[in-house]
Amino acid sequence: MSARTNPVTAIRSRTVVMPSGNIDTDQIIPARFLTTTTRDGLGAALFADWRYDAAGLPRPDFVLNRAEARGCQILVAGPNIGCGSSREHAPWALLDYGFRAVVSTEIADIFRSNSLKNGLLPVVVDEATHGWLLANPGAEITIDLETTTLRLPDGRTPRFPVEAFARYCLMNGVDELGYLLAHGEAITAFERSSS
Amino acid sequence: MTAKTLFEKVWERHVVVPETPDTPAVIYIDLHLTHEVTSPQAFDVLRSRGLRVRRPDRTLVTMDHSTPTDTAQVFGGVPIALESAAKQIRQLEHNCTEFGLDLIGLQDDRRGIVHIIGPELGATQPGRTIVCGDSHTSTHGAFGALAFGIGTTEVGYVLATQCLLQRRPRTLAIEISNRLASGVSAKDLVLSIIGRIGVNGGTGHVIEYRGPAIEALSMDERMTVCNMSIEAGARAGMVAPDATTFAYLKGRPRAPRGEAWERAVTDWTGLHTDSAAVFDRVVSLDAADVEPMISYGTNPGMVAPISGNVPDRPGDPVFARALEYMGLAPGAVLRDRPVQVVFVGSCTNARLSDLELAAKVLAGRRIAPGVRMLVVPGSQQIKREAEARGFAKVFTDAGAEWRESGCSMCLGMNGDLVPAGQYCVSTSNRNFEGRQGSGARTLLASPATAAATAVRGRVTDPREFLQ
Repeated sequence: MSARTNPVTAIRSRTVVMPSGNIDTDQIIPARFLTTTTRDGLGAALFADWRYDAAGLPRPDFVLNRAEARGCQILVAGPNIGCGSSREHAPWALLDYGFRAVVSTEIADIFRSNSLKNGLLPVVVDEATHGWLLANPGAEITIDLETTTLRLPDGRTPRFPVEAFARYCLMNGVDELGYLLAHGEAITAFERSSS
Repeated sequence: MTAKTLFEKVWERHVVVPETPDTPAVIYIDLHLTHEVTSPQAFDVLRSRGLRVRRPDRTLVTMDHSTPTDTAQVFGGVPIALESAAKQIRQLEHNCTEFGLDLIGLQDDRRGIVHIIGPELGATQPGRTIVCGDSHTSTHGAFGALAFGIGTTEVGYVLATQCLLQRRPRTLAIEISNRLASGVSAKDLVLSIIGRIGVNGGTGHVIEYRGPAIEALSMDERMTVCNMSIEAGARAGMVAPDATTFAYLKGRPRAPRGEAWERAVTDWTGLHTDSAAVFDRVVSLDAADVEPMISYGTNPGMVAPISGNVPDRPGDPVFARALEYMGLAPGAVLRDRPVQVVFVGSCTNARLSDLELAAKVLAGRRIAPGVRMLVVPGSQQIKREAEARGFAKVFTDAGAEWRESGCSMCLGMNGDLVPAGQYCVSTSNRNFEGRQGSGARTLLASPATAAATAVRGRVTDPREFLQ
């Protein structure tokens, strides 16, 4: 398989908390930023309608505009983050902004898949862990992909599930395309047998 | 032989390499729909890795999201108003030339919203696996296809290998008894379903819509229902193919012909859930209970009957925030609320029967003063048919704008926008904050409700016009 990005093994960072449920990908990046033909620079458009007012000025009450959010790499969100549009621009924007993981009790299917393919770690945690994270914004935590556990400041280490193959790809910094291409003969055989 | 669901039958036909605990299945994709917004970065990956498109014959390419709907910009030589959109369109033309793909381009008379032209051309067929870099790919499940949205990285995988890596999803049966009452549409049905199971109710699942209410629906109506499966979080939605499906497909340009047609129908007839098959989950609804619906909040699960009120959820700050965005108070009456914009269009509700229904309500009437109504057909073919059958004249006589096909005001990428603070009754699929423009307030409803609302300038139960 071929190299894609830097391998992901562990992420240690303070958290930013956005407790709303059902944060859809239209919020993560509104459609008007989708006429781009590259994946670069989308961090500027991240949560644009929540971050900026009509005049383009930062809204001081929005969490990403607060000083304590600077440098945070872990976004803790309410349930079902990433629902709606399949736009991969959502994980691209989160990554370009500086996030490396999204934590929730539930992460929408397509957004989760898109995130994994770009090295943005989707972490699904149990209600109790989620409740603690929501109640402690800015907590410094570690997400360990090697052991598939979180390390919380109080010493707890709750586990989180990751699909085995996606974990392998993330930890080795490889993508799935090489794996699929390696199955070229099986694909050709399938095409012959089914046509 | 084990009893199987429709989903399992289609899935098993497409396994190239079975899944293991360590690796997902390699699944073959029969049809890849591609458009200008979610493909440029995928073509870049092919370019940088020296790869070709494996099966141009299984790749259907068009442009719909960022294209203008203004006739002068599409056909009249007037430059496309949004330069970034024009650039994206040129990029797709360039990519198709470079990679040897047929493109249904801006002025092509087969062009339209990708989820409308797939079925229209007969490319969408029962038993196929269909993907597209667009979440509303679930539409095609109405034909008994397994159809789902993917991201741009996966668009690249399919271009290069015609395959995807997938873990098998779970199955959810939505059993719908009885029939929809007169004046109640497929849109009302699917909004009721999402209201019932929630915007995450289908996560991780493929839905099969079943029962007498579904069997009674036309293909256009089944597509409306399957289209919004993703709004319940589902990977896909499916309906078993039947005589209605076959009648729709017969004679379409890409449908099989002659003996091949007969063989195909025999094969497709077996694509249904066996009576002893078991779903992971089952939800039951009575179609007779469904009323005309409208959304009041900022996700498609926040819906109520038009005759109803905005609910109250004391102590729920997210709910309160949604109502604040919408400018609505708990307990507010939905009916008779003034609106400024009406949009009839989108992959949910811009097929000929949708336009026919809107025209039936609008015939001989004018839209209310101060209301802007935009009618955007789902494809150029639908546009021509609507003109031939007089629907277009009904719209323009009523004072509505009649446009060229495209996604348009469903997501406002092309500049067709709802101004901040205004209310728009829309036949589209998403009422997210800012979906139709920053600060726009979307009320999702059926084409009949949209047309009735345009006439009154206030949220109106379409049955007042349809009785």
